[in-house]
Amino acid sequence: MKEATTEKDTEISVNDFVIRFANVNGTGSASANGLFAKAIFRSGVPMSPKNIFPSNIQGLPTWYEVRVSEKGYLGRREGIDILVGVNPQSFKDDVESLVTGGFLIYDSSRQLHSEFLREDIHMMGIPMMRLSMEHFEVPRHQQLFKNIIYLGATVALLDIDIQVVRTLIEEQFAKKPKLIPPNFKALDIGFNFAKENLTCPLPIRLEKRDLLEDKILIEGNEATGLGMIYGGATMMAWYPITPSTSVAKAYENHASKILVEKQTGKKKFAFVQAEDELAAIGMVIGAGWNGTRAFTSTSGAGVSLMNEFIGLSYFAEVPATIVNVQRGGPSTGMPTRTQQGDMMSSAYASHGDTKHILLIPCTPKECFEMASLALDMADRFQTLIFLMSDLDLGMNEHICEPLEWDKNRKFNRGKVLDANDLEKSDLDWGRYLDVDGDGICYRTIPGTHPSKGGYFTRGTSRDEYAKYTEKGEVYQRNVDRLTVKWNTAKNEVPKPEFYQNKNKGELGMVFYGTTTYAATEAMEMMEEKGIIIDSMRVRAFPFGQEVEQFIEDHKEVFIIEQNKEGQMRTLIINELEFSPKKLIKVLNYNGYPITADHIVEKIEEHLSIRDLLN
Amino acid sequence: MSYIKPSFVHPALPRNKVGYLKRDYEGTISTLCAGCGHDSISASIVEACYELNIEPHHLAKLSGIGCSSKTPAYFLSNSHGFNSVHGRMPSIATGANLGNKDLIYLGVSGDGDTASIGMGQFVHVIRRNLNMTYIVMNNGCYGLTKGQDSATADFGSMSKSGGGVSTPFQAIDLAGMALELNATFVARSFSGDKDQLVPLLKAAMSHQGFAFIDVISPCVTFNNNKGSTKAYDYVRDHIEVTGALDFVPKEEEITVSYEAGCSKTIELFDKTKLNLHKLAKDWNPTDIYSAKAKLEATKRQGNYLTGLIYVNPESKDLHRILDTVDKPLNQLNEAELYPGDGVLDGINAGFR
Repeated sequence: MKEATTEKDTEISVNDFVIRFANVNGTGSASANGLFAKAIFRSGVPMSPKNIFPSNIQGLPTWYEVRVSEKGYLGRREGIDILVGVNPQSFKDDVESLVTGGFLIYDSSRQLHSEFLREDIHMMGIPMMRLSMEHFEVPRHQQLFKNIIYLGATVALLDIDIQVVRTLIEEQFAKKPKLIPPNFKALDIGFNFAKENLTCPLPIRLEKRDLLEDKILIEGNEATGLGMIYGGATMMAWYPITPSTSVAKAYENHASKILVEKQTGKKKFAFVQAEDELAAIGMVIGAGWNGTRAFTSTSGAGVSLMNEFIGLSYFAEVPATIVNVQRGGPSTGMPTRTQQGDMMSSAYASHGDTKHILLIPCTPKECFEMASLALDMADRFQTLIFLMSDLDLGMNEHICEPLEWDKNRKFNRGKVLDANDLEKSDLDWGRYLDVDGDGICYRTIPGTHPSKGGYFTRGTSRDEYAKYTEKGEVYQRNVDRLTVKWNTAKNEVPKPEFYQNKNKGELGMVFYGTTTYAATEAMEMMEEKGIIIDSMRVRAFPFGQEVEQFIEDHKEVFIIEQNKEGQMRTLIINELEFSPKKLIKVLNYNGYPITADHIVEKIEEHLSIRDLLN
Repeated sequence: MSYIKPSFVHPALPRNKVGYLKRDYEGTISTLCAGCGHDSISASIVEACYELNIEPHHLAKLSGIGCSSKTPAYFLSNSHGFNSVHGRMPSIATGANLGNKDLIYLGVSGDGDTASIGMGQFVHVIRRNLNMTYIVMNNGCYGLTKGQDSATADFGSMSKSGGGVSTPFQAIDLAGMALELNATFVARSFSGDKDQLVPLLKAAMSHQGFAFIDVISPCVTFNNNKGSTKAYDYVRDHIEVTGALDFVPKEEEITVSYEAGCSKTIELFDKTKLNLHKLAKDWNPTDIYSAKAKLEATKRQGNYLTGLIYVNPESKDLHRILDTVDKPLNQLNEAELYPGDGVLDGINAGFR
């Protein structure tokens, strides 16, 4: 065991490490850990934090992992270089999780039991609790400032500019200035202890850079909520469910500030916490029927509950938007872990022949953009749109380009007839009459005209003029028109993103959403090894021609995703009718964000098996 | 059966103040069983809307699933309608109402649609005091699926499809439940009593907030037999009325005068007046405790209490609770919803 370290022990490594904080949830550690991540962000170095938390309020293990990568790799990485272990419950596992040569920072207020000792790592004791008790009186403060003490120590050990952290503390407590001095004090206690008792800095360390320009650090859910506001959503109905709740919170917080009438203070939006997910989607559909842009946010379990209404939106052709922040399923599953496990159940949600448009963002900025796009598409296609986020994207902070909005942008309200349109004498209007041949019909909004345009919206079969019918041929004509509409959508959904100007070989890989971070890193890793793989990020369902062409053009295509069954692969097989044999699953479904190492390993494994067989 | 009504209009037919004939408020010909109570309620709705001078496009009609929920096709064919999913009409109505507060929302449901599958949404729409009229066409059975008992079938009541076995479960009294939840307007009526139902409908549609009317509406096919407490004959013999109601539109004066102590005038938010007379003993329509006691006492005697049961003239609807702008949300345009120059820059700066 090594009590401290010198630079001779390990090679110096700058801006390339993973640090993990192991805490007990409900003890105020989130604030200290957040400050740590933000300090690195402010130091101009790419980093990505992952909050790995339990479905619990207080007392269970929680981890906060930050990957720092000068090269800009923002996916998760295997191997923990530094561990701040302050949770006795998980301490044994935490110590074992460190890489050989890694650094363990632990609370040495009490003697460490010998079973925790590891010869191959550096163990650095800091008497965090003892120091906190010496300097703070109130027990709650002792607990809270212990976190700031370890933050101070890591700042010293990693050579982070302490002034950056001080500024962050000042900003954080701008409205409660009394809290600034004790936080500074705790920060200094930890910082000074490390400086005086440990060799600072560690060979693994941070150096300031200017690699982030004007980028922002934001959670996907926050950006989604904002995107809905800019996209013109004036009604949100929702039911609390992890990991989507912060979408609602973001919408309400921002709308309360930026969507109010200046003179009166009255709200230009309605925000309703519904009694359940069924009511939430019902309200969205009611609003959409009335020409109001509305949305709900939920996760897989909530979507399951919404299924009946989803079919109504699809079949009665009423605009609606659902943000699905996916989590680990099935059933209650792993509610606080990430997965891309609802691709199938969202794409084909509800009974009967149903299909839904999915928009699949991978950055907060894209959440912002696709939120407003979802509202436009719901109106344009008079149907239900899913914005498919996930826990990793929604609840973790991500570095991305700043959010942008064109103030001249018009909302696409779709084909809606106003009173003047209805007055035209030659108008033969039928709610479900396909006048333009694109499968999208003209609708009217209640209240438009005293005697024209009224019709009865229903989930039952009806004719082109919205009259109830049980005639087989009329029913079939209507559902066939929905297929025409579906085909129109194929040309209008966001196109895939390619990572090469021109295809380079026979191998391709397909990924989407948060899998992108690890996939693009894996692509570079494989390129260094001489494995050339063309890449495509799918951004929407249904698949447009480009998606089909890419798969057509490659002999073997790896479909990388974060679920057990390979759901995107199933959608591709089902919709594009490719042979399953050429589509190889690369999956991760343990609830942790996928890593590039995992992808490379699986692809290499497949290639070597194939070579053996050949 | 013919579904087409003649289009000839006799020039002498009377028109209401907004220029519509009564037939402009009618719908397609009903496909319900001949003699169904629901058709009488539809007729009362037509009458009430005609007399209230509602322009058809200023009203939206909504329903769930079931015999009752089919009726919006049989009235107000010039109004938009929404036949949604089973038990979920309240959420559709909530979203629609939040989108456009200026329309009148008329929800039609049944006892299965409300008291069983839709109980959750019914309870919560009351809590939110959504500005709508909510009618339950209450026949104590599931008609469309051939007569099974519903949750409002009275204990001991016998239906045609019950095979001689009476209902072993306690009934849910929807009016009592609405009162328990502090609904701001609660009434009950009988489909066979148009004179009572029409003014109640007009009052309900003028009320700002959630107005509930439980209408006992016998099912002629499955629940109109001897032994049923929802049969025409039984209901007629077991009615106790809270009082007679005159609906006085806001622009009109009360012209009839009643003996002091026997009448009560209530002014609603929109200045219309409800003039009540022949008041039942021990009942005050604006006192929820007396309304609950009266309902309970009548029930114990084995009777249905009908008429206006409770109204809160101070009612604040969901829009007032949420403090939304005066302009309907569905009419706000890009300029009105644009947060302003520099706002997004400020938000971005907050994330650096």
